[in-house]
Amino acid sequence: MSTIVITIISLCAIGIISAVILYFVAQKFKVEEDPRIDIVEGLLPGANCGGCGYPGCRGLAEAAVKADSLEGIFCPVGGAETMSKVAGALGREVKTEAPKIAVVKCNGSCTNRPRTNCYDGARSCAVEHSLYIGETGCSYGCLGCGDCVAACPFDAIHMSPDTQLPVVEDDKCVACGACVKACPRNIIELRYKGPKNRRVFVSCVNKDKGGIARKACKVACIGCGKCAKECPFGAITVENNLAYIDFTKCRLCRKCVAVCPTGAIHEVNFPPRKTETDAVKANPAAQSPQPTAPAENTGTLSDQTAFTATREKPETSPASATQPEITQSDAIPEAIGTIRENPTLQTREAVEKPMAQNEIPATRKMQEARNEESEKQK
Amino acid sequence: MLKTFRIGGVHPPENKLSASEKIQTLPVPEQVTIPLSQHIGAPATPVVQKGDTVKAGQLIAQANGFVSANIHSSVSGTVVAIDNITDAAGLPKPAITIRTEGDEWMPEIDRSGKVEHNITLSKEEIVKAIAAAGIVGMGGATFPTQVKLTPPPGNKAEFLIINGVECEPYLTADHRVMLEKAEEIIIGVQILMKAIDVKQAIIGIENNKQDAIAHLQQTASKVLGIEICPLKVKYPQGGEKQLIQATTGRAVPSGALPIAVGAVVQNIGTALAVYEAVMKHKPLMERIVTVTGKSVKHPGNYLCRIGTPVSKLIEAAGGIPEDTGKIIGGGPMMGRTMVNVDSPIMKGTSGILLLSRKEALREPVRNCIRCGKCVSACPMGLEPYLLAKLSMFNLLERMEEEKIMDCIECGSCSFTCPSARPLLDYIRIGKSRTGAMLRNRKK
Repeated sequence: MSTIVITIISLCAIGIISAVILYFVAQKFKVEEDPRIDIVEGLLPGANCGGCGYPGCRGLAEAAVKADSLEGIFCPVGGAETMSKVAGALGREVKTEAPKIAVVKCNGSCTNRPRTNCYDGARSCAVEHSLYIGETGCSYGCLGCGDCVAACPFDAIHMSPDTQLPVVEDDKCVACGACVKACPRNIIELRYKGPKNRRVFVSCVNKDKGGIARKACKVACIGCGKCAKECPFGAITVENNLAYIDFTKCRLCRKCVAVCPTGAIHEVNFPPRKTETDAVKANPAAQSPQPTAPAENTGTLSDQTAFTATREKPETSPASATQPEITQSDAIPEAIGTIRENPTLQTREAVEKPMAQNEIPATRKMQEARNEESEKQK
Repeated sequence: MLKTFRIGGVHPPENKLSASEKIQTLPVPEQVTIPLSQHIGAPATPVVQKGDTVKAGQLIAQANGFVSANIHSSVSGTVVAIDNITDAAGLPKPAITIRTEGDEWMPEIDRSGKVEHNITLSKEEIVKAIAAAGIVGMGGATFPTQVKLTPPPGNKAEFLIINGVECEPYLTADHRVMLEKAEEIIIGVQILMKAIDVKQAIIGIENNKQDAIAHLQQTASKVLGIEICPLKVKYPQGGEKQLIQATTGRAVPSGALPIAVGAVVQNIGTALAVYEAVMKHKPLMERIVTVTGKSVKHPGNYLCRIGTPVSKLIEAAGGIPEDTGKIIGGGPMMGRTMVNVDSPIMKGTSGILLLSRKEALREPVRNCIRCGKCVSACPMGLEPYLLAKLSMFNLLERMEEEKIMDCIECGSCSFTCPSARPLLDYIRIGKSRTGAMLRNRKK
């Protein structure tokens, strides 16, 4: 009997002593954590995509609670709505940021950019990029192995079976920037989504001199600077033989689209343009590369419309790319003729372009900043 | 029992088609394009301008920093452009283009065939002469030779090892040099021994070149301290670390340079270039290139000027065969596919290999079956299947732990893989990313 009593007493004593020790240890090593972090984390989407630049949603929540203002902290997935909730929870002002979307700045489809060789190594853009120029004569454009597709956590980017180029789905893309990081050639940029998803961008990243760029790809930006001169808002800069439209300044007037001689500037989701013939008259040379083979085009177009159905493009420019032998000057009047006679055709041709974006400097910077950050975190 | 390195290695078919073809001199091309970066390290800075007249052997670009190399004109003529050209990989690279007019050499170059035996220069003067001549490792790695001859303080070289292995299939340039220029090579070796102040030199040659072994043994018998070491045929014996282990039995520690075990390794072609630079005052402006392939009409070894378009060499060998599927600069194991045959021959171009479509075809990639063949083939004792996987997921720290930086990119793993997985493709990119991370960390 006494054995049991002694056991109970000694166990109780050990328990009490341990409890006292634990209490003091807990006091000593107490980790102060702001309860607001959990609240903010609860408001965030929980995708942990890293698109905000922080390691997951908790990272952003910690930063938001710690920082004095919400400036520079933005959840691209949740958007303005989520951020206003976060701001409300923290009693701070909302820093609104226009929604962005990934834009692919290359239009080098097989017809625009002839293949010069056949790559048979590992199917990875990063590997191909590290080895050589790629399957075409353009050392800047899309390699087509789909590293961006593999990187997208939202299933928002796919390789188009027709053009072998990535296409971003407007309604799925949350601008997390995973594809931007994955692309070894920096052809993807995050740009403002734009009102009604309307955007204007240079769909080329080739920094070669005009002649070289044009030889490799019919729809390359040749750095002629016409768009920069035409732009009434000073949004376009030409650097290293490449035009870049600053999306914070661009007012979507589309004047640049009309003057681009190679159709490298794309407009997406605009309604068909009524006055486009005027634009052609004003700048006949600009339109030159246009359609010389309408029949062939329509064929391609109908295919394209399958996946770009929502985008209607009026502009003429991009279509030119599909045409063989556009460079001949005598083709120009004919081309203009076609445009005048058949505006709808243009519209359809314009649809040709699936995707997006241009520009280098911004993308680069963004990427560099990201790289630095991720390294720091490591 | 012949010596060889201990772990790993593979036995690709040798295909030394041009082994019995004498070295032929290619006519001087009408125009040469000489890239400013033909070596590892900083690109050279041009010292001529457009419109200048230059002679063969004249300095046209100056080494830019310690790890860099001088570049000399390989022809006499007029500089027509200093601009970007398209290199073999299709990418733009700065280069000097010279239009040939006549063939006038710099007056100090001794063009007579007489073999000079007396080494009069001091140790420092030899290194200086080698640096001035722009000599780089001729085996393909193109590391500036003068850097290798200047060991970091605290290290003392004990051996000079000369690489006459030529373990790459198809290539025979070094083999022919050993047969035709043995005397010059032995003097070159003596110069190199003097430059690093060692008493012992070992020339490693694989046993498939019996004639070269016999010929060099005979030539070297008059000279004290040079030993010819026949080696068992195994790829990649020409790798620096593999060759040191095969010839001396010493293993270079992970991450260390060969000098850590007292060895300095130089290629056989480099020894010849050193002889020409020191005794004949001739800078590195020519090299011997093997043009080969099973369908090539006249596979052969050609002495050509640096900057000659690859297409000229192929023409000399009978043109591009119709069934060509791939043109490779270098050997089939480590060479790189060319997409531009108008690109120039550079200091490190040891061969041009034309593979037929059938040979060039890569088998479809299948799943890894964990057979471990790549692990047994890896001469560095790494686990290629694992490194490739880690590289796919970009796990830099893990790759560092798995010693990816020790990879010598020999391609034995890809060669041996029964599932035809492109292991080296992934390892190479993982290695470059891990290397970038390590450099950043140092900063």
